[in-house]
Amino acid sequence: MASLETSMGESLSVRMLANSRRFIRWVTTPHVLLSLIMLVILYYMVVIPLYRMVNTTLTWQPRDIAISPGAVVGEFTLYHYVRMLTGALGQIYMYTPLRHSFTVAIGSTLLSLLIGGTLAWLVIRTDMPGRKVVNQLALIPYIMPSWTLAQAWLVFFKSTSFSGGTPGLFEFLAGQAPPSWLSYGPVPIIICSALHYYTFFFLFVSAALMSIDSSLEEAGDLMGASRWRILRKITLPLVVPAILSGFIMTFSKVLGTFGGPNILGSPVRYYVVATMIRGSMGVGDKADGFVLAIVLILFSVITIWINQKLIGTRKSYETIGGRGFMAQLSKLGKMKSVMFSAAIVFQILVIIVPLGLLIWSSLMLQDGNYNLSNLSLQHWIGERGTIYNHGEPGVLLNPKIYRTAWNSIRLSLWTGLFTALLGVLLGYAIVKGRGTRLSKLVEQLAYIPYVIPGIAFGAVYIAMFIKPLGPIPALYGTFALLVIVSVAKHIPYSSRSGVSAMMQVGRELEEAAAVSGANVWQRFSRIIFPLTSAGFVAGFLLTFITTMRELSLIILLVTPQTQVLASQTMFYIENGDGQMANVVILILISITLIGNFIIGRFRGGSLKKGLGM
Amino acid sequence: MSTTITIKNLTKRFGDVAAVNKVNLTVEPGSFLTLLGPSGCGKTTLLRCIAGLEDPNEGEIYIGDKLVFSSATGISLPPGQRDLGLVFQNYALWPHMKVDKNITFALEIQKMPKEQMQKRVKEALAEVQMEGYEDRYPREMSGGQQQRIALARMLAYRPKVFLMDEPLSNLDARLRMDMRTELKRLHHISGATTIYVTHDQVEALTMSTNIAVMKLGVIQQMASPDRVYHFPSNLFVADFIGNPKVNLLDGSVRGGNTVQVGDFEICMDTHSTSGNAVVAVRPEDIAVCTHPEPGAIEFTAYSVLPAGADSTIVARRGKTEIIVKVMGISRIKMDQKIWLKLDSDTLNLYDKESGNLVAA
Repeated sequence: MASLETSMGESLSVRMLANSRRFIRWVTTPHVLLSLIMLVILYYMVVIPLYRMVNTTLTWQPRDIAISPGAVVGEFTLYHYVRMLTGALGQIYMYTPLRHSFTVAIGSTLLSLLIGGTLAWLVIRTDMPGRKVVNQLALIPYIMPSWTLAQAWLVFFKSTSFSGGTPGLFEFLAGQAPPSWLSYGPVPIIICSALHYYTFFFLFVSAALMSIDSSLEEAGDLMGASRWRILRKITLPLVVPAILSGFIMTFSKVLGTFGGPNILGSPVRYYVVATMIRGSMGVGDKADGFVLAIVLILFSVITIWINQKLIGTRKSYETIGGRGFMAQLSKLGKMKSVMFSAAIVFQILVIIVPLGLLIWSSLMLQDGNYNLSNLSLQHWIGERGTIYNHGEPGVLLNPKIYRTAWNSIRLSLWTGLFTALLGVLLGYAIVKGRGTRLSKLVEQLAYIPYVIPGIAFGAVYIAMFIKPLGPIPALYGTFALLVIVSVAKHIPYSSRSGVSAMMQVGRELEEAAAVSGANVWQRFSRIIFPLTSAGFVAGFLLTFITTMRELSLIILLVTPQTQVLASQTMFYIENGDGQMANVVILILISITLIGNFIIGRFRGGSLKKGLGM
Repeated sequence: MSTTITIKNLTKRFGDVAAVNKVNLTVEPGSFLTLLGPSGCGKTTLLRCIAGLEDPNEGEIYIGDKLVFSSATGISLPPGQRDLGLVFQNYALWPHMKVDKNITFALEIQKMPKEQMQKRVKEALAEVQMEGYEDRYPREMSGGQQQRIALARMLAYRPKVFLMDEPLSNLDARLRMDMRTELKRLHHISGATTIYVTHDQVEALTMSTNIAVMKLGVIQQMASPDRVYHFPSNLFVADFIGNPKVNLLDGSVRGGNTVQVGDFEICMDTHSTSGNAVVAVRPEDIAVCTHPEPGAIEFTAYSVLPAGADSTIVARRGKTEIIVKVMGISRIKMDQKIWLKLDSDTLNLYDKESGNLVAA
């Protein structure tokens, strides 16, 4: 009996030992360990902030007590939802801005489709001369900050009948104020947003057009199908997924964009949800702002969900790969030069003219005075303590701007670095674990930030880091928070480009190293990292640029100490120092253009890759 | 110096499918074992389990005296500690390293002195006849050259066991022939225990000391190439090995050592079995006569396919079709009457139901 018991005890302990060995081996498998670490990171960066935000909207906040006596802070309540979604307040805070947001988003998405689709077709499928030049210039508006055009628009269409009181160039030339719908409100917002975001359609549609093997069309041709039939039955179905992808991307981007609507809408009290969120947050109504943010997120999620139901999860933003060989180009004939001129004039209008306007504006001593005698470098290198710009010195002599610029560069460097690193690690964890539930979970969590509009994402982060959280101290107001939010927002793109980079590295390459006796670190440092370095560099540079000109994401999170160039322009504008803002915008554009130039130097770096295409 | 590999009761499941199913296997020191089977039979999975790239669900693996895997105790040594080398189907040369760096990678991990490493590189390249290629990148070489470098990479750190996963399948026919010669030679010189995975029966027959034929994760037969070819232990093995394929004649055993096939009888030792059976006869073991002879069965030449060194004759009688291989270019005309003579020593008899060999 005794011996039986001991042997049973032994076999039990052997089994426990075996199981614990197996568990340790599973956990220490590189891709499992990485997946688990990524889960923790994603949990803190994505899940908790979302939870905190929802939680805030569903509990009494300290400032509510003044209005609702008897409320206990922290107790459950639907007060904020009732307040924001019903009655007159609901109209003002929620429904009107929501209507405006949709007007703007749909309007600019359709306009983007028209512009981007036409340009893509001209560049890829016609014999228009100068297609290369047009192709390259088409990406420039996206590289510039999104509110550049809005600011340039104002320089031109500003009118004395409104707030600022100084005349725009239009009024100066025409002698009378432009109609108000042309100066402010939905029309200019839609136009300026579309001229920035048409790039998505341009990229997606041209990739799709390029990938259509002309033999498919020729096959149709040989079978005697008419041109129109070929276009309808073969070409169009292949481009539709690209168009839908572009639609979703543009729509959700515009929905979360703050800059343009703030510059062109707020002066005439034309509020969209994005500017409304900022307004609520600004007066300390966090819970109210969060309700707006949640509604915005819900709409964004629904749109993307519909999109995926329509064309399937994968295709939605994966578009067809770009293997390019075109046998047959549409002959434009006499329209050739007309089309080319139109394209070039368009590009001059959206690139050169706005920049020229901004430069001119930055050189005017007094805003709205278009005489040559008014030209001055005051805003660039002026002395401190003048009557201009509230006594601030010119931008280039302003220590505050240098600090801000340094913040911008620092933020972009760190974000680029962490994002690129996270991309490689996420790519490794997801690709190596393909088919396991863990890998799928990581991939899905990494996708969440994609569906959260920029400004809402910023709002999410206020909720999270205002108080210490576990091992993480209170981060509100710190520079680290800006880095974290920027990295988190980039996770979907970085994981996608990380996955595609890792797909290029056959698993045998790592296995061969393992068989040769290399440990995990040696495998990473000598095989995986060197083989994915091109993707790493490209990812870094692209993140650098997009972070440099990101506004919606961080506008709620910056403080005077952590001010960056992008947010600084907005504060100058709101402070009435629009010309200073224009100087800062010009500096910002210079930095991003230089960055873009450097990207072009690197093998494998392109805007497309950065979008995860 | 060479090593025994022992595998006990090994099972590897992917979901509900057992890719390797309760495999028991002993690889003698210095032998060249080929795992042969159609795709999906589990041969590569078995190899990867031995290499430590997959964790089996059950069983034990010993390399030499070392227990490298045991499900009972939860032990599984990482690939690098199993003292083996692996050559991959697609070479898996690291594209960012030149040939010499590819070869010295494992040696650097072992912290081998520089001069010795250089010596090893020279030796390894000499062994695969690729001297002077140290400074090439993998993409600057042909497939055959890359495969030689992959071999050199394995040879350079002198593992006790060589594992090869269809190393020749990406090469063209001519190169494959050359590499077979080289591989056999390398094994002969090094004497390392080798496990080789292929679906190509000619590779298996020409190079191995032992062949293990696999199907659905189970080893069907493990024996010398000679035995696997001449005495396949079941119909699957008989059918899988041999080109042209073995003739499988459905029949039933009559008393007195005869098997009734169609409207004729075949005389052979039936080991007093009975019932439905299958007679297997290799195409080259059949003699063709142009005139009636005692014991020869009359057939019609349905098609004659001369191929230089040998000719294939497809003969028919009623519903029975027999393929015959004769040396040289056959003079037999199509539709000509021929008489086939079966040598009872070369016939194998299988039970129809189980497919197992019952008499040889």
